[in-house]
Amino acid sequence: MDQETKREIIMENYMHPLNRKRSSDDYVKVNTNNDSCIDNIDIYIKFSGDIIEDITFEGEACAISISATSIMISNLIGKTKEEALDFIHNFYAMTNGENFKEEIMQEAIVYEDIYKQGNRKTCATLPFRGLEKAILDNM
Amino acid sequence: MNREDFPLLNNDIIYLDNSATSLKPKSVIEAISDYYNNYSANAHRGDYDLSFKVDQAYENTRELVRDFINAKYLEEIVFTSGATEGLNMIVNGFFANLLEEGDEVLLTTSEHASNVLPWFRLVNKLGIKINYIPLDDNYYVTIDNVKKAITSNTKVISLAGITNVIGDARPIKEITKLAHDNNIFVVVDGAQMIPHEKVDVTDLDIDFLAFSGHKMCGPTGTGVLYGKKELLEHLEPINLGGGMNESFDNPEEIYLKSLPTRLEAGTQNIAGVIGLGAAVKYLDSIGMDKIKEQEHFLRKYLIDRLIPLKHIDIINIESDSGIVTFNVNKIFSQDVAYYLNKYNVCVRAGNHCAKNLKSSVGVTNTVRVSLYFYNTTEEIDNLVELLSNYDKILKEMI
Repeated sequence: MDQETKREIIMENYMHPLNRKRSSDDYVKVNTNNDSCIDNIDIYIKFSGDIIEDITFEGEACAISISATSIMISNLIGKTKEEALDFIHNFYAMTNGENFKEEIMQEAIVYEDIYKQGNRKTCATLPFRGLEKAILDNM
Repeated sequence: MNREDFPLLNNDIIYLDNSATSLKPKSVIEAISDYYNNYSANAHRGDYDLSFKVDQAYENTRELVRDFINAKYLEEIVFTSGATEGLNMIVNGFFANLLEEGDEVLLTTSEHASNVLPWFRLVNKLGIKINYIPLDDNYYVTIDNVKKAITSNTKVISLAGITNVIGDARPIKEITKLAHDNNIFVVVDGAQMIPHEKVDVTDLDIDFLAFSGHKMCGPTGTGVLYGKKELLEHLEPINLGGGMNESFDNPEEIYLKSLPTRLEAGTQNIAGVIGLGAAVKYLDSIGMDKIKEQEHFLRKYLIDRLIPLKHIDIINIESDSGIVTFNVNKIFSQDVAYYLNKYNVCVRAGNHCAKNLKSSVGVTNTVRVSLYFYNTTEEIDNLVELLSNYDKILKEMI
């Protein structure tokens, strides 16, 4: 994927993120924030047995965090907890500059170069850390 | 001005985050190196020449600081790790022993966390109450609003001399006069004030003052707690240990040293304190009035060039320091900071540790440019050029 396409996908997901809304009490709520900056997002997850039925979010964060949240949501709704964790761990590997399964990353591939920018890596992984915690707490 | 004194400015960097920390001049760096290279013994162990030299250098800083803020007595100057430690010592060592349930402390919503959280603890521990002096339309504290906020239960007014987001100066002399007429103590957080203007604690009649060394060209991990001698005598040491005790045999017989030593337990940040002395000398050699004048000149230069940019929303058009806080239309402050970073321009994005301020300003996060005397109009021109092209920011912020 060329740089311009990556930029367009990030900006589209930043300007018009998927499911930016608070959700009701039957969702699990998890807050995720970065020590080193001001990103602060609440993620709401609806589990149906082993399946992630829905994810929404609200909060204030930078373009990278918001877009990553939107892309995470669009890729992980409908997945099982195991599939989601596999996706998340691959995302971490990619953003650490390590080997990862490119074929499952879908649009999240737009962050494949972010490991070169240490201060933005934490922005990209922010929503994934929140979702990972929620899944592990509800296994 | 004086750019040649700062080694870091030899790099291709535009440093506009001086409220977070200032750059260090050669004289400060060399004073620290000199200590470590040539006489790095402990202080207050004057049995040999080397240690005696350390004592002299360490205590010389105390005299330099006393003179710098015009305190009456040397004993009123206590070295700390920074404004945060100083404020915590004042609250936990003095007011925690004095205040009772129902007593009121007046703060403002634009205080830094270090002047809020220690008081919150006393709310939880003692049942004191915190009230906020309302800010005016420019987020300033007026003496009328202080008058209105005082009640018969008010015991302390604790506020920044100059704030770290808006950069407004508080009318400290009027406030101490009003407070003392009503038997109220005044605590001043001087972190953003002492580096930027001449402060005379005797003339201002401040009861307690805390400030940091690293924001005034000094080393990190240094700071000063000032307290009127008669009050400081009642400040209970938070840290007990070596250097601060006279003698002890059992829990009933502990004898502490006199001020200020009993408030400086353990081996202190000697290199830092010596560096702080060099910083005070350095600022004195330029002159605080000249520093203030240059900052105001630079700030006006920047404001005049930002105002015409329609996509820039300036939070503090009026301000008494070198701080300019703004947002770029519909762009998260952190993305603006990342964009500027691509051009080696260092600014701060966030809430700047003043989380209560959002209730007054209505904005949680902002971009903050904080100028110091060594910044230049050329640097400001570069910044304005980068901020003037909205499409470029949007394109390059990720």
